[in-house]
Amino acid sequence: MTDVLAVTEHRRGSLRDVSFEVVTAGRELADATGGDLHLAVISGDVDKFAEQVNCDGVDQIHTVAYGEEFNHDVYTQAVEALYDDLSPSIVLMPNSVNGLDYAPAVANGLSLPLVTDVVDFEWDGALTATREMYGSKVETTIEVDAERVAVTIRGGEWPAANGTGDAEVTAFDADIDEGAIGSRVTGFEEVGSGDVDISDAEVLVSVGRGIEEEENLELVEELADALGATLSSSRPIVDAGWLPKNRQVGQSGKVVTPKIYLAVGISGAVQHVAGMKGSETIIAINTDPNAPIFDIADYGIVGDLFDVVPELVDEFQ
Amino acid sequence: MKVLVTVKEVAEVEDDFEIEGTHIAEQFLEYDLNEWDDYAVEEAVQMQEAGDDVEVVSVTIGPERSEETIRMALAKGVDRAIRVWDDALEDAEMLDVAAKTRILQAVVEAEEPDLVFTGVQANDDSFGATGVSLADAIDYEWAAVVNALDIDTLLAENVANVHRELEGGVEELTEVDLPAVLTIQTGINEPRYASLRGIRQAQSKEIAEQDLDDLGLGLADVESDLILTDMYEPESESDATIFEGDAGDTAGQLAEVLREKGVGAE
Repeated sequence: MTDVLAVTEHRRGSLRDVSFEVVTAGRELADATGGDLHLAVISGDVDKFAEQVNCDGVDQIHTVAYGEEFNHDVYTQAVEALYDDLSPSIVLMPNSVNGLDYAPAVANGLSLPLVTDVVDFEWDGALTATREMYGSKVETTIEVDAERVAVTIRGGEWPAANGTGDAEVTAFDADIDEGAIGSRVTGFEEVGSGDVDISDAEVLVSVGRGIEEEENLELVEELADALGATLSSSRPIVDAGWLPKNRQVGQSGKVVTPKIYLAVGISGAVQHVAGMKGSETIIAINTDPNAPIFDIADYGIVGDLFDVVPELVDEFQ
Repeated sequence: MKVLVTVKEVAEVEDDFEIEGTHIAEQFLEYDLNEWDDYAVEEAVQMQEAGDDVEVVSVTIGPERSEETIRMALAKGVDRAIRVWDDALEDAEMLDVAAKTRILQAVVEAEEPDLVFTGVQANDDSFGATGVSLADAIDYEWAAVVNALDIDTLLAENVANVHRELEGGVEELTEVDLPAVLTIQTGINEPRYASLRGIRQAQSKEIAEQDLDDLGLGLADVESDLILTDMYEPESESDATIFEGDAGDTAGQLAEVLREKGVGAE
């Protein structure tokens, strides 16, 4: 068999975008292997989810009705049971926070090699995957020396599947062992609310690791004032406790789409870009001409922010 | 209670670098403690300070060079360290998640910790999978991407109440039975700097060296099913207008663009 089993993801009653991206990626692989694309829908309102994700290119959907929210023990057991039943060549999962909470366990449990955070792949009897290293500074090619493999794909790299498909939906009895569930979700918390909502701002001055020291923040605060902009930041500034969480742009922070996004000393890691790539005009000031932020910038200055920012403040005072 | 912390020494790449085959040329690399592991070490040391009888042991898979990084963890309060290395690892082109899992599994079986802390990922290869893979292999519970841990409840009731940092500013509150592996996210705490006293004390702390034989492992255990066949710089997709000149010139040109777009207008 050369089938593909792709696993969908939902949270608090809604399918997440990655669910439609694994369909596109899974179809691409199934076309290459000549097999079928199976989808797994696990926990929550599985019938509703199955209907929503029944897009063009899906061959079969398997639902596992057990519990409401994501639980890694349930997902691990369900995916392993489906694997035993379907014997696919590839198990495809999202490289999301929850994906990384069960995919490695599935791979270990099934003795499959695991390639995570894949941005591209080819199938030629075995999988060849493209992934980044060293914070996107290089790309690598990984050949998998095995006939079967577990893969997690990076969000946003494959387009979302659409169209209405006619895949058969079957309830699958995964025979979940309740005694093996050793973690319980007790709730959710929204973080990052507070005095300022950066997602409302028209102009954002956003500061990153390049600012080096907490006392240097004054410099970008001055710039934000001079431009009538709101101050936001990348993750390291919030991790260091220099700005509150409600200022963080990125995958785990806020998604922003201002008219102007001025990135100061931000290299543009993929998690950050996920939160601001929809900005109308992106401007970057960074010392490293190869920084990934320049890939998505409309305007750029390759230079030291400590030289450029004071000059820019002067221009607006 | 015993906490095992996995600590990795990672290479950081300079802005300008060259690739030799499937590696970055050595002269462009600087070695340091993996950023995520710094937070994992801090979390373990905070537990040790909060509890009456908490031992913190670190484990590193790495060559002799990594002892400097391990000493830094010891200086921050880790009680003792284990360093796994072997000629077979020296020769290995790549250690995949499964191979790392088998090595760490052998260490866990010998140490029998109540908790294992790993970083969410390493900033060199960024697989982000070893912690959860290890948990499954040693039959521990786990939680990935933990950005808050209630240490007092953990010490008193033997259950880990954690926050998992999901996407989009949402955190999941989860209760995890022990023994468990927690993969620690940056920002969970404020990692300390090693004190001079800590650095002095670290000199006399034990770093136990173990090879595959010591761990009861063979060559087959560290063979990787993943083969790194190419490394290259991604093609720049940039079509940005880059302003040329000194700081004053570039700031002036940028100011013009900003004004055209209505920024700074009274």
